[in-house]
Amino acid sequence: MMSAELYYKSASELSGLLNRREISSVELTQSVIGRTKAVDDLVQAFNSFDEKNALAQAADSDARRNRGESLGLLDGIPVGIKDVLAVKDQPLTCSSKILADFVSPYDATCIQKIKRSGAVLWGRLNMDEFAMGSSTENSATKITGNPWKLDCIPGGSSGGSAAAVSAGESIVSLGSDTGGSIRQPASHCGVVGLKPTYGRVSRYGLAAFASSLDQVGPLGRTVWDTAVLLQSISGHDINDSTSYKVDVPNYVQAIKQLKGRKWTFGLPKEYFESASDTASMGPVKEAIEFYKSIGCEIKEVTLPHTAYAVATYYIVATAEASSNLARYDGIRYTHRAESFDAKDSVDIYRQSRAEGFGNEVKRRVLLGTYVLSSGYYDAYYLKAQKTRTLIRRDFEEAFKDVDALLTPTAPSPAIKRGAHSGDPLSMYLSDIYTISANLAGIPGLSVPCGYVDGLPVGLQILGKPFKEDEILAMGNEFESVHNFKNEHPPL
Amino acid sequence: MEYEAVIGLEVHVQIKTESKIFSGSRSGYGYEPNTLVDPVVLGLPGSLPVMNKTALDGIIKAGLALNCTVPDYCKWDRKNYFYPDSPNNYQITQYDQPICDGGFVEIEMEGETRAVMGSHRKVALTRIHLENDVGKLNHFAEDSLVDYNRAFTPLMEIVSEPDMHSGAEAFAFLTAIRQTMIYCGISDCDMEKGQMRADANISVRPVGQKELGAKIELKNLNSITGVKNGIEYEIKRQTQELKKGRKMTQATWRWDADLGRTELMREKEDAHDYRYFPDPDLMPVRIDDEWRERIRCEIPELPFDKQRRFMQQYDIPYSITSVLVPDWELSEYFERAAKQMPKWAQAIGNYVTNDLLRELSDSNTALSECKISPDGLLSLVEVIEKGVITKQIAKDVFIEMFNTGESATEVIERKGLKPDFDEGQVKDWCQEVVDENPRPVEDFRSGNDKALNALLGQVMKKSRGKASPQIVQGLLKELLS
Repeated sequence: MMSAELYYKSASELSGLLNRREISSVELTQSVIGRTKAVDDLVQAFNSFDEKNALAQAADSDARRNRGESLGLLDGIPVGIKDVLAVKDQPLTCSSKILADFVSPYDATCIQKIKRSGAVLWGRLNMDEFAMGSSTENSATKITGNPWKLDCIPGGSSGGSAAAVSAGESIVSLGSDTGGSIRQPASHCGVVGLKPTYGRVSRYGLAAFASSLDQVGPLGRTVWDTAVLLQSISGHDINDSTSYKVDVPNYVQAIKQLKGRKWTFGLPKEYFESASDTASMGPVKEAIEFYKSIGCEIKEVTLPHTAYAVATYYIVATAEASSNLARYDGIRYTHRAESFDAKDSVDIYRQSRAEGFGNEVKRRVLLGTYVLSSGYYDAYYLKAQKTRTLIRRDFEEAFKDVDALLTPTAPSPAIKRGAHSGDPLSMYLSDIYTISANLAGIPGLSVPCGYVDGLPVGLQILGKPFKEDEILAMGNEFESVHNFKNEHPPL
Repeated sequence: MEYEAVIGLEVHVQIKTESKIFSGSRSGYGYEPNTLVDPVVLGLPGSLPVMNKTALDGIIKAGLALNCTVPDYCKWDRKNYFYPDSPNNYQITQYDQPICDGGFVEIEMEGETRAVMGSHRKVALTRIHLENDVGKLNHFAEDSLVDYNRAFTPLMEIVSEPDMHSGAEAFAFLTAIRQTMIYCGISDCDMEKGQMRADANISVRPVGQKELGAKIELKNLNSITGVKNGIEYEIKRQTQELKKGRKMTQATWRWDADLGRTELMREKEDAHDYRYFPDPDLMPVRIDDEWRERIRCEIPELPFDKQRRFMQQYDIPYSITSVLVPDWELSEYFERAAKQMPKWAQAIGNYVTNDLLRELSDSNTALSECKISPDGLLSLVEVIEKGVITKQIAKDVFIEMFNTGESATEVIERKGLKPDFDEGQVKDWCQEVVDENPRPVEDFRSGNDKALNALLGQVMKKSRGKASPQIVQGLLKELLS
């Protein structure tokens, strides 16, 4: 009777229904599959999906539950997977032509963990090629639409992950965030998205864009759902030396325990100075007023090196990317050009990469190669590393006075498709509020906080390192007295 | 004008570990192509390197054995270049903060003869760093195939200062490194298996000139002899060029061992820009005193130290130690016997370096499988020294022992080799021989010492070879004095 709407229920509600045997995972998965088939021609969130495989996982989950061996809150819940994470025996394209035919022989650590939590892995979600972009327009596969306005971008690079959750094509999803790639699309699609602290989630099996900035993180329609998914993927991993050996709190419990706490929030001066031309500022200011109204303290703080964040980011990220993407070379598992000069061994690389990579990837590989080249290293890469340290210290300083920072997630709601084409710099600048968190390694949450011109806008909460529990609790505080989580795009 | 060569070596040594340097995949040689691989070794999307601590132990040991400083901190860098044998198209290495700084290698030059110790000197090292090895390209008529089994094997690069001047010195340098690595159990350094590889930087300048000449990098030196020959050829070539008034320019050449000459590979203009930067996937390594000391304790007595000690402690000649010492197992074997009876050390040394090595080699047996234990060998030397059997008989006893594993006494008993007569009987035979052979007796008494041998031979004949020649000789001399 409720099956038709199952795909729009939250994981928390679905988990209860499953446990009480009011629904089965197969029913739920069928509902999500049905919804996907109905709307994905419009949304285009998925690069691929395997119905039979998903239903088989769901049947396994039901069998487990019937044996009384449920694996927990995520058991039987469909989770969409950004096409940047390795899943054994599934394609891993990174939305790139160069990996068009690649099937991963192994599982990413976060995928292994999700499998152990009993979740139903559902499809491969579109993204900007190799996570490079903020609109998902840099995909070699397809152009994903914003479910709220299909001719607008869903944001990116985890555009497919945000759009699928927003449109009911998945209950929750995994994305990756290098400079805002979870939070910005979450903001644009009206869902919750969290970038964990660098080192909280293993990167093993995440096709690297910029190793020192990349983090895998959850997207969901509610803070609770996001917390549950984060729970299942967090923790130290011996396969990732940069994953951190710290205890993982119980996020769902923390949300409850921290409820009602009178937080002190900082508003970074530099983020609000240009408020007049920031279209999304209205709803953000209302959200700030809400926190005041419940007794939280709001302070102005300063992050003096904010102006250098975008430049710093595009040097560090492209330098690492130029090296990380060198492995896609036409020799082993990647696309190989049909014709190349067999007498010139370099030509196989040249032709295959020329054909396999899109323009944005080429642009960044070139930029990264340049900033690392001899004679320029000190002026660019080394200086950027120093600036990065200053940016991190800005946050450390600010967090001495406040528990978290409140900012807009993105300067504007989703823009029209193609608006940035031919002007990559304007796209780079749209990451201005999210990039610093990656440079500093701190966690950030985007929570829907209102609409501008009928398009959702997100509030960003930036927290202290490894204080995901706090920012989730803060986000939940706002979410629980607003109805955004029950508002769905007109599809 | 006189010219001199200045040579520096870059020696790559694989560290013998169970698994690879940045992955849990097994390490090894001679397996089916592409079977020692995993996502890390193949550079699959999403794979990440994780440091193998045993490889770190290995390089720290090498550094301490080669007198390096091991700083408290080192880090990993990426060296970016495209080549099909490189899974990621970058190598994880150490650019500006290697795990071992400075150090030196004690080398021994060839002596005047094999029996004479050559001169010793120290060759200064710049550094030793750790990196991942790459795969191997196999070229066929139509195409080339890559085998990634070797990829990510832990590889040390030992970099010397430009501190050598001849192919012979380079040869001695490599030999010393090889022996040290084997002694420490770090690597077997089998160049045929690629466990040790060397590149040389050679420049030639007029004697007296301070600045170095143009650096020629010499590659493809596939054996220690190849290093020596390649360098010698290259020194000759560069000297001739300079004598003709030609200017040398920095370049990379390769040694062709078959043709016995070097050929140009690439000029300096084609040099790579490796775009080194710190590897963001790996944490820096911190090494404390406890770690260093733990490794220092694992370093055995090093070859030259052992050689000097053997010569002093056991009073054995250089020629024996120069056979014993390069082979750690053999030298240990020797010492297990010699330390029980130091006064017989030379006899033990002779048996080990002659009879034992010959039998092992003829029967293609490893020393570890040899049936004669050091104690067994000692039992043989004992019966000879005590005059129980002759050296002639001992040769047969040795072979029996080698084949059966019996002790010397067991062989002597079983084969009835023990003399079945006492000293009185030998005395009687001596007297008989003196009586029966007046001519040699006369000769001996008039000062011809050699005449005694004839008498000795007669007594030995009567004893059917079983009497001890030393004893017989003594008795004869007594009778004739």
